[in-house]
Amino acid sequence: MTAPAQTVRTMAPRGPWRPAWLNRAPLRFAVIGICVIWFIPTLGLLVSSVRPGQDITVTGWWSALLNPFNLSQWTLNNYSQVINSDGMGNAFLNSLIVTIPSTVIPITMAAFAAYAFAWIRFPGRGILFTIVVGLLVVPIQMSLIPILQVYSQLHLQGTFLGIWLAHTAFGLPLAIFLLYNFISQLPKDLFESAAIDGASHFQVFTRIVLPLSVPALGAFAIFQFLWVWNDLLVALVFLGINSSVVVMPTALSLLVGSHQEQWHILTAGAFVTMLVPMVVFLILQRSFIRGLLAGSVKS
Amino acid sequence: MTGGVRDKDRDAARDDTLRRFLLPIGAVIGLAIVVFGTAFLYDKNGAENLLAGIYQLLGNNAGATALRNGGGDQFVAKLVLAAMALLVGVGGVWLLYTGVSAVVGLLSLRKQQRIIPWVFVLPAITLLGIYLVYPTIATIYQSFTHGNNGAALANPLANYATLGTQDFPHVILNNVIWLVVATSGSVGLGLLIAGLVDRVKREALAKTFIFLPLAISLVGASVIWQFVYAYRPPGAPQYGLFNAIYTAAGGQPLDWVHTQPINTYLLIVIMVWLQTGFSMVILSAAIKGVSTEVVEAARLDGANERQLFFRVIVPMIKGSIITVATTVAIAVLKIFDIVYVMTGGRSGTDVIANRMYDEVFQFNQPGIGAALAVILLIAVLPVMYINLRNLRHQGVGA
Repeated sequence: MTAPAQTVRTMAPRGPWRPAWLNRAPLRFAVIGICVIWFIPTLGLLVSSVRPGQDITVTGWWSALLNPFNLSQWTLNNYSQVINSDGMGNAFLNSLIVTIPSTVIPITMAAFAAYAFAWIRFPGRGILFTIVVGLLVVPIQMSLIPILQVYSQLHLQGTFLGIWLAHTAFGLPLAIFLLYNFISQLPKDLFESAAIDGASHFQVFTRIVLPLSVPALGAFAIFQFLWVWNDLLVALVFLGINSSVVVMPTALSLLVGSHQEQWHILTAGAFVTMLVPMVVFLILQRSFIRGLLAGSVKS
Repeated sequence: MTGGVRDKDRDAARDDTLRRFLLPIGAVIGLAIVVFGTAFLYDKNGAENLLAGIYQLLGNNAGATALRNGGGDQFVAKLVLAAMALLVGVGGVWLLYTGVSAVVGLLSLRKQQRIIPWVFVLPAITLLGIYLVYPTIATIYQSFTHGNNGAALANPLANYATLGTQDFPHVILNNVIWLVVATSGSVGLGLLIAGLVDRVKREALAKTFIFLPLAISLVGASVIWQFVYAYRPPGAPQYGLFNAIYTAAGGQPLDWVHTQPINTYLLIVIMVWLQTGFSMVILSAAIKGVSTEVVEAARLDGANERQLFFRVIVPMIKGSIITVATTVAIAVLKIFDIVYVMTGGRSGTDVIANRMYDEVFQFNQPGIGAALAVILLIAVLPVMYINLRNLRHQGVGA
């Protein structure tokens, strides 16, 4: 057991002998440096969001980090102000109402459609799937004006129903495409033996396809959740700025306009909007990365 | 033996009865939930009215009146709405598919075979038709017909002619700068970081730092960076990181976001900061896919680490680089949020998507807005063509 390890150790150093950590030091410093640079802007936001407003305008946020145990310089008042009087708490609830159905509905619809495209032969299948793939890259901007005209006729503008349908439709091409890629790769035997047992397509779908597709469904769910939660344009156009429906990105952009230079409010507001996606992201990072890889490497 | 067979028969018969009677009933209930729920959600005051009705039933008339007048327990009303949203949006859609499939299951096998695929495909296809296909055609049409305030246009090309005047060429040029700099910036940095991170311990931790911004909304990122770029007049304390460093190095404080032409590039930095993580993750996976034999062979041939990376690994993952670049480019092309929040398109930073929003919703120029959208569509057509060609090569959907 020890012999191979020793050979490796004696073979490892090449050229003039230097301790391994010194060889690796520049690389390690570069990576740490990049990580620090990437993190500093967010750190500034976090630190400022828990500093009193009058402190922020006098000294830079980094000076607060010099003696972090001076507890009198920290406060949570900014959060209570943005959540209560600036309506971020309300917007948070609206964002949940918008995001959850806007994630579940397209996945459901896309999974059914992807199964049919992959495993049922029917006339028009090829042309319909081609249209779906063609729509993958059509910019949302193409839809805004005509849909808004329809919405104002049907009084759907500013309703949750209206934005669910919009987000569902905009998410569908990618959802169908990703799920098709996954579902069409399932082994053929599964479907043949199910057909011999007399299972209907609906049974095959719910009992075989869905349980096996959980990784793909999960990856797309995270993707769509983050997309809808962070979306500004669709919410701005179809939902608007009325406080009964306003979602967090819109509310934050309004805050930028109404609280210019009041960084204690803006930083706290921004952090409230970031909280959910960051938690979702950090917990489900692996699944999310898998989805990204499936989405872009395969296509 | 016989008893077992009879049990099996009985089970099958019971299953059949279940299918024949319970599922259609479920379908009707599901349909009712969807119809009632949709009507409820369509009504802007639906939640308030429903809650007011419940309060009245419980004898709380004052609470009911307050709710109907837009006061009272608005928070509870919102929770009612959220619950209904989940019930209808999540449960209703599932019940709908289940129910319709069950009803179709009652038909003869031949008819089932013909109808079921459409039950599965039609809801999605209908939504795509309404929300993407029809609007695309309508937008193209309106770009030729709609003038000021939506009035008819005498010259069908007038909107496109307008795009050659005023500051429109500058707006389009900005979009090109975004496209080139943001795409190459985030793909290049992503590639470089992927190559570096591949060789250190705690690779996953390092990646998380770079990747995390991807979870942040463009609006949130804009606030973060607005704070980094914050400007105070000379003499005042500079709490913006950029100006703090710049003045410490002896410069005069600069209003970065409103200083042309550097401001466009500073907005692009935000996008690069966000998107590099995406490029890094995918390219890092591609680098790991390069076989160790190739890498070892190159090392034996005397390639140093830099040559190994740029001459061996990068050419081998060219396909992934192109895919990533295309994905990022499409996102960058439609960039809206950053410009909208940071400058509102002022100080020479405007881009197509933001200008389109302004033309349609601020200046009442839907025709010009449509023409701007058509430019974005034309820009993605090559990608659409490649996607469709790949599809044919794979023989999918044939």
